[in-house]
Amino acid sequence: MKKCLLDLTVKENIKLNDTNVLLKLTSQTMLPDMFPGQFAEIRVDGSPTTFLRRPISINYVNKELNEVWFLVQMVGDGTKQLAHAKEGDIMNVILPLGNSFTIPESISEKLLLVGGGVGTAPMLFLGEQLSRKGFKPTFLLGAGVRKGLLQLDNFAAYGEVYTTTEDGSYGEKGYVTQHPVLNSIHFDRIYTCGPKPMMMAVAKYARSNNIWCEVSLENTMACGIGACLCCVENTIEGHICVCTEGPVFNMNKLLWLS
Amino acid sequence: MAKLGVSIGELKMKNPVMTASGTFGYGEEYSDFIDLARIGGITVKGTTLHERKGNVYPRMAETPSGMLNAVGLQNKGVDYFANTIYPRIKDIDTNIIVNVSGSTIEDYVRTAEIINELDKIPAIELNISCPNVKQGGMAFGVTAKGAAEVVKAVRSAYKKTLIVKLSPNVTDVTEIARAAEESGADSVSLINTILGMAIHADTRRPVLSTVTGGLSGPAVKPVALRMVWQVFNSVKIPVVGLGGIMNWRDAIEFILAGASAIQIGTANFIDPAVTVKVVTGINDYLEKYKIDSVSELVGALEVY
Repeated sequence: MKKCLLDLTVKENIKLNDTNVLLKLTSQTMLPDMFPGQFAEIRVDGSPTTFLRRPISINYVNKELNEVWFLVQMVGDGTKQLAHAKEGDIMNVILPLGNSFTIPESISEKLLLVGGGVGTAPMLFLGEQLSRKGFKPTFLLGAGVRKGLLQLDNFAAYGEVYTTTEDGSYGEKGYVTQHPVLNSIHFDRIYTCGPKPMMMAVAKYARSNNIWCEVSLENTMACGIGACLCCVENTIEGHICVCTEGPVFNMNKLLWLS
Repeated sequence: MAKLGVSIGELKMKNPVMTASGTFGYGEEYSDFIDLARIGGITVKGTTLHERKGNVYPRMAETPSGMLNAVGLQNKGVDYFANTIYPRIKDIDTNIIVNVSGSTIEDYVRTAEIINELDKIPAIELNISCPNVKQGGMAFGVTAKGAAEVVKAVRSAYKKTLIVKLSPNVTDVTEIARAAEESGADSVSLINTILGMAIHADTRRPVLSTVTGGLSGPAVKPVALRMVWQVFNSVKIPVVGLGGIMNWRDAIEFILAGASAIQIGTANFIDPAVTVKVVTGINDYLEKYKIDSVSELVGALEVY
């Protein structure tokens, strides 16, 4: 898949909570095809302490409006700078990067999409694409507190949404892996993206229940295109680049549970 | 169009812009963004006799104006390069240069011999300056004696252009450069990364799995310029300059300091099309100042 280096225009910057914004970007030329799980490397302009691009998941693509959405969590100076973008600003972006989640053949399969915090970002695009193909995906979204649950209305358009918060301020109290929906429905496949401890717990649940599972990693990276070899994950095939061979991995390829 | 062509030993390049090893993969990674034929030379990833898995993650730490890396020469070995990668890249219309590294002199020599047989590889860059591997690498590059030994041995086995990549992690870089020259190097390239370190205050742990790593990016440019200038004034062989070059202006500065050619490394991560922009920028600069050939600028620094 051809990677593009594009100057995108900020169409909207929506503040979702104290630490997360939704950036809707558009292009003067037609955006390339993108698939759920892929990401972009966004250049950070105007931050004296930030040098490298920031890898950000593709949150949603609206082909009709020629829009691509990114959820940005303000973690350090780089993401803070990105989150302060204003309507009309130009963002230099490389996309689409990496592989994508596996879409099953049979629409009768029961699919669970588990997201934690800002890690819910690629799950929206995945849910939308699955729904468009006739699947009825189930979403299980977790956060520390209520305001950490993002885009719940958007998710609801594509399937059942279950939630957990660690403090119990919304949905079930606890972690996603403690949610009763895991006992009431037998899922054929689980897709997950979020903090590593959460993904490891989800992968462990999937393994012990013999459920196919894909996880999306976010190892720190420099180039995003497989040149620098900084973002490697140790797998059953040795050190491989998360940016090109991932970010999506079948859990059986990882060494987490061994 | 000004004359951009330069020579490094027998190696003829259409322009002085090369890529730095370890930052440009095997070139293929960048073919979506630029026409690779517009670059003077591509220095591919460090290659060793046997496969190396590299260091464990995390291998990278961002720093103000740069980054630290501790990749540790991950590569599948010279045979894999020769059999699998070389056939894919050999017909790219530019100079493909292989960066050769090793733990022992015998490893260096054997790797160079195998590369010597590849028709479309006109040069190697001997890496005696990698700070990220425990054995070898930089060990050869930090003493004149060590550098002389490995360069002499490789020189007798390798018939084409031999560039020796120097470490900045030394007291006197000119001493190492002279040793390389006297041992038969056709050129020296500098600088490799500067040994550095990053710490997480909150976790009280080092950012890199190896604790220390190599610093690159604009943060190292003043050090690199100084060393290129010192080496240019100490040896007769051409110097290839690198270290934090982000744009054509940086490239011109290195050429003025004495670099016959330059390499672009870390900047490729920020702008995958930077190399061709630098080629265009150098050409525009020459035209603006009515300079016929880029070689007239080499070491043309006017000191006070």
